[in-house]
Amino acid sequence: MAPHPSTWLQPRPEGLFCLPGGFFIDPTRAVERAVITHGHADHARPGHAHVLATAETLAIMRVRMPEGKAGAQQQNVAPGETIRVNEVAIRLVPAGHVLGSCQIILEYQGSRAVISGDYKRQPDPTCAPFEPIKCDVFVTEATFGLPIFHHPDASLEIARLLASVSLFAHRAHLIGAYGLGKTQRLIALLRQAGYDAPIFLHGALVKLCALYEEFGVALGDLRPATVADKAALRGAIVLAPPSAISDRWARRLDDPVIAAASGWMMVRQRAKASGVELPLVISDHADWQAILHSIAETEAPEIWVTHGAEAALIHQLDLLGLRGRALRLIGYGDDGEAP
Amino acid sequence: MRAFATLLERLLYTTGRNAKLLLLADYFARRPDPERGFALAAMAGALDFPGAKPAILRALVATRVDPVLFELSYDFVGDLAETIALIWPAPVQGAPPDLAAIVSALRTTPKSEVPALIGTWLDDSDVATRIALIKLITGGLRVGASLRLAKLALAQQFSVDIDAIEEIWHGLTPPYQPLFDWLERRAPRPEPGATPMFRPPMLAHPLELSDQARLNWAEYRAEWKWDGIRVQLAATPSGRRLYSRGADDISASFPEIIAAMDFHAVLDGELLVIRDGVVAPFADLQQRLNRKTIAARHRAAYPVAVRLYDMLFEGAEDVRAFAFDERRARLERWYHATKPALMDLSPQISFRTEADLVALRDTARRDGIEGLMLKAGASPYVGGRPKGLWWKWKRDPLSLDCVLMYAQRGHGKRSSFYSDYTFGVWTADRRLVPVGKAYSGYTDAELSFLDRWIRAHTVASYGPVREVEPGIVFEIGFDAAQRSSRHKSGIALRFPRILRLRPDKPAAEADTLEAALALLG
Ligand SMILES: [Zn+2]
Ligand SMILES: [Zn+2]
Repeated sequence: MAPHPSTWLQPRPEGLFCLPGGFFIDPTRAVERAVITHGHADHARPGHAHVLATAETLAIMRVRMPEGKAGAQQQNVAPGETIRVNEVAIRLVPAGHVLGSCQIILEYQGSRAVISGDYKRQPDPTCAPFEPIKCDVFVTEATFGLPIFHHPDASLEIARLLASVSLFAHRAHLIGAYGLGKTQRLIALLRQAGYDAPIFLHGALVKLCALYEEFGVALGDLRPATVADKAALRGAIVLAPPSAISDRWARRLDDPVIAAASGWMMVRQRAKASGVELPLVISDHADWQAILHSIAETEAPEIWVTHGAEAALIHQLDLLGLRGRALRLIGYGDDGEAP
Repeated sequence: MRAFATLLERLLYTTGRNAKLLLLADYFARRPDPERGFALAAMAGALDFPGAKPAILRALVATRVDPVLFELSYDFVGDLAETIALIWPAPVQGAPPDLAAIVSALRTTPKSEVPALIGTWLDDSDVATRIALIKLITGGLRVGASLRLAKLALAQQFSVDIDAIEEIWHGLTPPYQPLFDWLERRAPRPEPGATPMFRPPMLAHPLELSDQARLNWAEYRAEWKWDGIRVQLAATPSGRRLYSRGADDISASFPEIIAAMDFHAVLDGELLVIRDGVVAPFADLQQRLNRKTIAARHRAAYPVAVRLYDMLFEGAEDVRAFAFDERRARLERWYHATKPALMDLSPQISFRTEADLVALRDTARRDGIEGLMLKAGASPYVGGRPKGLWWKWKRDPLSLDCVLMYAQRGHGKRSSFYSDYTFGVWTADRRLVPVGKAYSGYTDAELSFLDRWIRAHTVASYGPVREVEPGIVFEIGFDAAQRSSRHKSGIALRFPRILRLRPDKPAAEADTLEAALALLG
């Protein structure tokens, strides 16, 4: 009989550890061997000796981390390709979260665990879609693991944004968006909707947009907001990290419409508390229904919940007759959509 | 219903006062009668549907959603209406009825059928409309500032004076058809005289040192500033009302005062607990506030009376245009002729120089006195806060009226209560900035009131901390004010404690950062 995944996959202070493989998945502190799902800072930390990830994730880590910190030894693996470490087979399969994001499929002596990393099920023009994989244990994120979260189709939110842009034609629209993933998806969605005017970027967003383009994601006419004069920004769309929309940086804009793109924008009082006038419910995480749907597709009898609102999800799993377990790994969830 | 929901949604996300006024004015200009009237009534908290209470909505949602999931969600969202709206499982099917039809259905449907009716409306609504519906039904739209803002929007949109609306407001009932007929020049202004209605009271400015230097003292009359609740007594042949200065009808809490209003006049005064001629501390008066029914025992333990200081109407005659001295003379004549029970006159304090008053103010530390009032002898009675006519000169400089901003659960026996409070004052651009925290200075009854209020008025939760809407004013006493770079306000209070709750004070009138900075030691 195949060993239960809990005998060979264990939560440790550094993160989830694969005993027979001797590696951690998305460890939150520097370790000897790491397998990384995607480039967000809470999953990809600096200073590991050996890093295994997709070429895109490795490139993102190199752009974001100081020289030499993105893994002394980097090993890239293409989605679908199988790598063996000791007796463990490792395979990476797209998670649909951001460029290069993958789930990690581990097989050991006939037992299979899938670690989702962060994922979503809505289409995203900037990354490959999530693929459900049947397994014995599915380790899922639950950032939006409450039944109040149902993210509308992103194209509807883009339509609301464009309606506001034409209504307030003389005002800049300043959108707070996380630098890795959300920014590029927003731009790509705007281009899909036929918006081909220049889009202005806060300096912190420039490098990653360039990297996306290197990987073949076309983003159109992008310009630095930092050097543009006030008049040029009137009526334009300007993207900045969420922290910049309320600080000194935003003063270069003349009476901007403050917007933010995040799954948290679903909750009105939360949107309001962050000073947002135009909340856009666009998330790179799965909402409640998408989490449940994905769990069902994996056909896993046991679900481990890593970060987010785990209590509600575990209760729901119980109602569905599935085994749920909170891993309580510390240190995740600050990828710009954390509460 | 969707138009009203859209208005509420846009108001929520709009920060500027002028932008809000525009949204409201636009709504009142475009929407038909009686919808706009009911919208106004909802903002006024004037709609009451006895069959539709929050408990019914909770029971209704329990038929559709697992209770554990609901509680976890409610904990996260912090607002009942929004939680129900977000968690409601049905996909949008049709469109709910319009606002007027909803109001009429709620009024005519038998109580037992109301939940099912609300359920079908929620099925037919999108999230924003569900929130508006639930808040409409449970009375959750009454937000302190919004009614005044709505009246201002009406005044601007239809080019009338806001006071002209305030004067007739309490004589109107939803959906206010005569009001809109008058605003759109289809009918004359509704008569303010018939029912005893609220008149905007005249308010005082705090007297600062700079004002003190410029004052021509001979032009002013002095009175004690009583530490009670400002009230307006309105009695006409058609009825009697006791109003707080915020226009709340508090008649039901003080039946003995209503019984004593056996006259035809509108008077201004201070409601106090007075025992054997001695004014009791404010805390005694608080025992009588916010009670729907008053036991005889309670009335005897906390005997109230009104100390009169001004007159707005004598009989049907509006005397507000007369000078203060003239009104005072009339008030005294009227008082001695009428001899109303449970009322006396607030004495005038004779003085010759500024120095006389400074000495009086500093020694006046008896209970029931907050300081001095200075009133220009020649001033008419002007609703609002006209500059330079009335001054309030508080005795204790080391206290500030602060607004509750955040609350956190306490420890030990208070661990289930929100008992730790962060409070703030207003900046020049009308934002609240925190100036301190307090954990003491309230009674158990006040704590349980605050706890309930906080849960019902949370706008955001950050872990264990709840941010509340500005609605509770504390009078905070402290030993000294010091500069602090750690606080966003730039000021820190030493040993702050809650001196008392100020249920009579609108949050918008709490102290400013400027006033706090003036107290830096
Ligand atoms: Zn992520
Ligand atoms: Zn994450």
